[in-house]
Amino acid sequence: MASLITDDIRAAIGRAEPPVHFLVTRRDIVKYAIATGQRLPKYLRGDEAPPMFLFGADRPLAALETIGPDGLRADTLTPELPLKRVMAGGIKQRYHRPLHPGDELVIEKSIADIFEKQGSSGPLIFVVYALTVKDASGALVLEETQTRINR
Amino acid sequence: MPVTAELTVGTALPERAHQATNVSLFLYNAAVWNAHRIHYDEPYTTQVEHHPGIIIDGPLQGDWLTQVVLEWLGDEGRLVEFEYSNRRAAVLGETLTAGGSISAVDGDTITLDLWVKNEAGEVTAPGRAVVRLTATA
Repeated sequence: MASLITDDIRAAIGRAEPPVHFLVTRRDIVKYAIATGQRLPKYLRGDEAPPMFLFGADRPLAALETIGPDGLRADTLTPELPLKRVMAGGIKQRYHRPLHPGDELVIEKSIADIFEKQGSSGPLIFVVYALTVKDASGALVLEETQTRINR
Repeated sequence: MPVTAELTVGTALPERAHQATNVSLFLYNAAVWNAHRIHYDEPYTTQVEHHPGIIIDGPLQGDWLTQVVLEWLGDEGRLVEFEYSNRRAAVLGETLTAGGSISAVDGDTITLDLWVKNEAGEVTAPGRAVVRLTATA
């Protein structure tokens, strides 16, 4: 069977989005802590951010007119794929230190891999994104891998 | 509190039930700046994206898994690695339960198997965490 992944698609491996700059604030930590039902006081006070606090922080803040009818911003990183239905796969994170209010972060996201597999109901394309989060000194704070599945 | 007294493979961590509401999902998606309509617009979700109901975010379930670990661990160590995957859709109205157990003990490094289950006992989000105990623990 011919591969669904063309040379054009494969060429996107390694492509990166412009870095996102992110300032950690106590108020944002507290909002996140309330919304996720945290119970540990350090999170509810905003002294420290919960581990998943940065989920979504890699998304550029796009203007309203760039958001589609599904509510999502157009994906400017991923190449167009022949399979259109998108599912979130999962996330793997490695933590180097906790985050605190005042941390100035730089988040970089790139495409680490694109591959296909045969699923039980047809072909699947996996897109793997690599994220690194560094602080103002350049030290690594978090490494993350995100997987997206198209079917 | 954990932990150090009972570091045996198979030891269960305390479970916690979560009942997401329209309000809690709104606040979560606002906090992570996610406007995907499957998390607040039921006609769109069922008629356009053909889900059975408003979808409870996978990453929110991932967060609940980290809470199982962190509340069990207390100040006796730190979370080093965490992963989860979205296995099955969970919809608003379902009570989801997060829990886990110790799957490996290697010196000061503990590996945990984690899960979020729906009311039918089906795993919606499996996960895994690695924690490292502090030297004084």
